[in-house]
Amino acid sequence: MSILVNKETRLITQGITGANGMFHSEQCIKYGTNLVGGVTPGKGGQEVLGVPVFDTVDQAVREAGANATMIFVPAPFAPDAIIEAADAGIEVIVCITEGIPALDMVGVKRALSGRKVHLIGPNCPGVITPEECKAGIMPGHIHMKGPVGVISRSGTLTYEAVGQLTELGIGQTTCLGIGGDPIIGTSFIDALSLFKDDPETEGIIMIGEIGGSAEEEAAAYIKENIDVPVVSFIAGQTAPKGKRMGHAGAIIAGGKGTAAEKMAALEEAGCAVVKSPADLGKTMQGLLK
Amino acid sequence: MNIHEYQAKEILKGYGVKVPRGIMAETADAAEAAAKELGSEVVVVKAQIHAGGRGKGGGVKVVKGVAAARAAAEELLGMQLVTHQTGPEGKKVLKIYVEEGCDIAKELYLGMVLDRATGYVTIMASTEGGTEIEEVAAKTPEKIFKKSIDPAAGFMPCHARSLAFQLGLKGDAVKNAQKFIAALVKAFMDTDASLAEINPLVVTGGGDVLALDAKMNFDSSALYRHKDIEALRDVSEEDARELEASKFGLNYISLDGEIGCMVNGAGLAMATMDIIKHYGAEPANFLDVGGGANAEQVENAFKLILSDPNVKAVLVNIFGGIMRCDVIAEGIIQAAKAVDLNVPLVVRLKGTNVEIGRKMLAESDIDIISAETMSEAAEKVVAAARG
Repeated sequence: MSILVNKETRLITQGITGANGMFHSEQCIKYGTNLVGGVTPGKGGQEVLGVPVFDTVDQAVREAGANATMIFVPAPFAPDAIIEAADAGIEVIVCITEGIPALDMVGVKRALSGRKVHLIGPNCPGVITPEECKAGIMPGHIHMKGPVGVISRSGTLTYEAVGQLTELGIGQTTCLGIGGDPIIGTSFIDALSLFKDDPETEGIIMIGEIGGSAEEEAAAYIKENIDVPVVSFIAGQTAPKGKRMGHAGAIIAGGKGTAAEKMAALEEAGCAVVKSPADLGKTMQGLLK
Repeated sequence: MNIHEYQAKEILKGYGVKVPRGIMAETADAAEAAAKELGSEVVVVKAQIHAGGRGKGGGVKVVKGVAAARAAAEELLGMQLVTHQTGPEGKKVLKIYVEEGCDIAKELYLGMVLDRATGYVTIMASTEGGTEIEEVAAKTPEKIFKKSIDPAAGFMPCHARSLAFQLGLKGDAVKNAQKFIAALVKAFMDTDASLAEINPLVVTGGGDVLALDAKMNFDSSALYRHKDIEALRDVSEEDARELEASKFGLNYISLDGEIGCMVNGAGLAMATMDIIKHYGAEPANFLDVGGGANAEQVENAFKLILSDPNVKAVLVNIFGGIMRCDVIAEGIIQAAKAVDLNVPLVVRLKGTNVEIGRKMLAESDIDIISAETMSEAAEKVVAAARG
């Protein structure tokens, strides 16, 4: 099994006719994802990459049976694209777009609360269930099917962890990047609870970073709810205070959000916390039965 | 993005937030003229730098009369002001704010932030004005009152009302505080602020409520729709190399160590810094070349790293996803031709087009120490830096 996406997923791309949307849609198709169409308002009726383009998400749902979307539209229009997808009944919304104003996301998150929808991101690499569905920008070839779930706030650092697992012959159930912004749709806890209900996930790698308190909240959740081994790394142990480290959310503000606090909380919750990112794969190998 | 106190007060004033009258000055003459124009008996002369703790650091002078204001301005302008937020080297004072003094009956704290845990904008108020709110939060958290603004209904008068009463205000001060808070919330929301801090918020003997200090930060992602705020950016407050990097679309932060790093992705860049430390050295910088960098950006990134005299070795750590390893290799080769590469270079490439990238580097005549894994790369670069 897996979480969020699988071979039944019927994916569309919002912003499919843009350079990024087009490139990554093609990569997803090559990976074997069932991409059933794309949406670009005003370009409905065209065909790109062998799939139909629709004017609205609603049309894509009715005419192509779409049930998941990948959003590449520019930041000023991305909140609109997310709400459009949710209103059309799409249940898995992956927002790749970086640089959405935080206050816009406050409204979007509130609007989605209570609805049966998973928003992944924004500012994230997306989600992949190896050998079934890639809904994102990650390099597909480094993944393989297997027992480990991977959750991360980062993109390339997720690839690093996945690369290590695959080289050790350990595959993944599903890997998802939840995004580097302060306000994101799917939290660590949301992702952990999905993995908890997936019988095939026998271990979880959770990669956090400085800023906020999502890792501490996840630690409390893990302690009470997660029975499989969790290996964790927190990026930014050497990051200075008060400086934003690339991601909008990666900042130690007011002395809060340090790697040390997060590592201590996760250790206390029984996670195997590695100090070096190079140890993620082999630590998981040692803990898998 | 940060701005100065005088700029924050100007913005807030436009929203109806009460602030003392004040004039920004860049010379002693201008400061003298400002004090004359204000005409108040007590004048406050405040250094304008992007760092907190100015009062404790000696950057705020309360004086009487125009001559004393001039003297204070002469003392402050050009000084290296050191506060707990500037680092030991301090920050040079280029601007001062000359403000009328006011009759302080009570010093309170008022702040607004985006609370990441709830996803709501939160207003915080405390009776412990003038002290750092982190300190209050750590020692006496019960003295901080919070109200979250649910975006569905937005800001409501009850938010301000309950805070005003929790702060123990009486009479006119209650109404004035409510007006103040409502105006601050409007300013925060309209400008896409990420932080607004009024510390201290002052209640005068007459029950007036005004902002004695004001700090505002803005969401960089929202600046596209706030050109007026973007125009307030003061580049003299920024690190020269960080400023240079931003021109090339690179995410760079100066650090104190000896290993220069170039990485793709913010998370991997932080992790690379961490693994360098793990092997006993310190990173000289954080540098994320991003997901879609071209060879020119890589070349510029290289020049930036090498412009730091502390750098004794460079580590390039790339996990190609969208970023192709051959593009990185091309950039490294271009950079090596353009600059004098006088320190050891360790390169670790992984992911998309890695074979092409490695081949390009091997066939170039650049002296490169290559590594397969992150730990091997870190170990090698630390060893190389030690010669």
